[in-house]
Amino acid sequence: MAFDRWATGGLLVLAAAAASAEPTADRQRELVRLVRQDCGSCHGMTLAGGLGPPLLPERLRERGAAAMVQTILHGRPGTPMPPWQPFLDAAEAQWIVDRLLEGFPER
Amino acid sequence: MRLRRPIARWVAGLPALALSVALQAGEAPDGAPLRGTADLGVVIERASGRVQVVDTTARASLGAVEGLGDLSHAHVVYSRDGRYAYVFGRDGGLTKVDLLTQRIDRRVIQAGNSIGGSISQDGRIVAAQNYDPGGVKLFDAQTLELLADIPAVYGDQGARSKVVGLADAPGNRFVFALYDAGEIWVADVTDPRRPQVTRFRDVGRHPYDGLVTPDGRYFLAGLFGEDGVALLDLWRPEQGVRRILGGYGRGEEKLPVYKMPHLRGWAVAGRHAYLPAVGRHEVLVVDTATWQEVGRIPVRGQPVFVMARPDGRQVWVNFALPDNGVVQVIDTLEQAVVRTLEPGRAILHLEFTPRGEAVWLSARDDDRVRVLDTQSFATLAELPARSPSGIFFTARAGRIGF
Ligand code: HEC
Repeated sequence: MAFDRWATGGLLVLAAAAASAEPTADRQRELVRLVRQDCGSCHGMTLAGGLGPPLLPERLRERGAAAMVQTILHGRPGTPMPPWQPFLDAAEAQWIVDRLLEGFPER
Repeated sequence: MRLRRPIARWVAGLPALALSVALQAGEAPDGAPLRGTADLGVVIERASGRVQVVDTTARASLGAVEGLGDLSHAHVVYSRDGRYAYVFGRDGGLTKVDLLTQRIDRRVIQAGNSIGGSISQDGRIVAAQNYDPGGVKLFDAQTLELLADIPAVYGDQGARSKVVGLADAPGNRFVFALYDAGEIWVADVTDPRRPQVTRFRDVGRHPYDGLVTPDGRYFLAGLFGEDGVALLDLWRPEQGVRRILGGYGRGEEKLPVYKMPHLRGWAVAGRHAYLPAVGRHEVLVVDTATWQEVGRIPVRGQPVFVMARPDGRQVWVNFALPDNGVVQVIDTLEQAVVRTLEPGRAILHLEFTPRGEAVWLSARDDDRVRVLDTQSFATLAELPARSPSGIFFTARAGRIGF
């Protein structure tokens, strides 16, 4: 039990430390997995949409990258889109949006 | 198991004898051994478009069936003879898998984006619930021929809603909720080419999933957009939909939900229903005689599946991120968590064997399925599986609302 709380705390610390830099290669792999698997539970594993809208390049380009970063970090109150700030820092959210805009890596 | 292995080895050395043993034991005409399906099931390998066919007596995989498309958020229902699994894929694929031959019997792509389905009381009609285009489609269970399309149209602009919570109910009915419209629809499919739909409007904001109680009487739709659950008495539909658990959040701010809870699967044990709170780390306990809240049980995180062991003595709960490595067991006599387990990384789903002596859990990030004894909590078996998600056993074939 305690272990799990520590692990979560650890994630937060890691996230804070990485605040400005491009995520490391290991972290990038984790982020890809997070997006495919965990964002995928609402946006679809292929990101073609589910309960949440598609996260495909055309649509996101229309909406603007900066706004998308904000949505990821802070969520959309009143909708199921949750804030991912406990798991991601701004640089990581930006990295995810950049990848989403160019077509998200498979793994 | 202990007996079978030595016999198999012995038989392998004596081919002539093996033949006569097989004939005595009974064989299908094509030479495959005869067997029933009541202890079989499938495990979804969500990232590989594949299902494993598993045997819950041997606690082993019998083989895999490939080519099922995008199986993230896949759901499975069974033909009433327990031989065929209907697998609903996210990409709109509907695949009828033969558990005995481990082959695809039929497959259609029926929508762009789908989240599950159901099978009618008489076993003749398979229904798929779709996000895009929003609605329900009915298929002949034998041939997968399209019988009818029920578009989930609402408002006056012709908008279509995502459909959630589809479940079968007695009277050859299907019940489902419209996420965007806040409606519940009941479709009588006695004439499957001309389904009769009854609509209930303004049931609450953003219903996200639904369940039919084990007796088939009540349909419950959980609401995401507000506190509470919409309840429809299918025996007395003329009374309309009412709201239960209205103020369970007591106006407090909700915690973020990193995975939507699921209601489907019986969370009804004895006279109580156990339901995941949304945005609160609690399981709500409701008396099904009065539909009043009778308790709430604090749990580790945001509950996703709240599932009763078939005998109703235990309720098992898994969680959304960041607690998705934890499973908690509620004792329904004590109305409290009696066990906290960490059975693997990213526990996405759990399924009880037909009478509940064991539970199978999928640990997505460990690429493994773990089988636990529900009394001692000991690990009975572990099976390799690639990113396993849903686990569905054929016992569902005989149950209402699965
Ligand atoms: C629990 C469900 C859920 C999860 C998990 C989820 N989202 Fe969302 N997301 C939504 C919903 C619903 C919306 C639409 C909100 C609205 O109606 O404005 C949304 C909207 C968005 C948008 C804005 C899209 C647009 O077109 O405006 C982005 C970007 C997004 N999500 C990214 C993510 C990322 C990245 C993750 C994972 C780190 C994630 N989401 C996880 C439900 C979810």
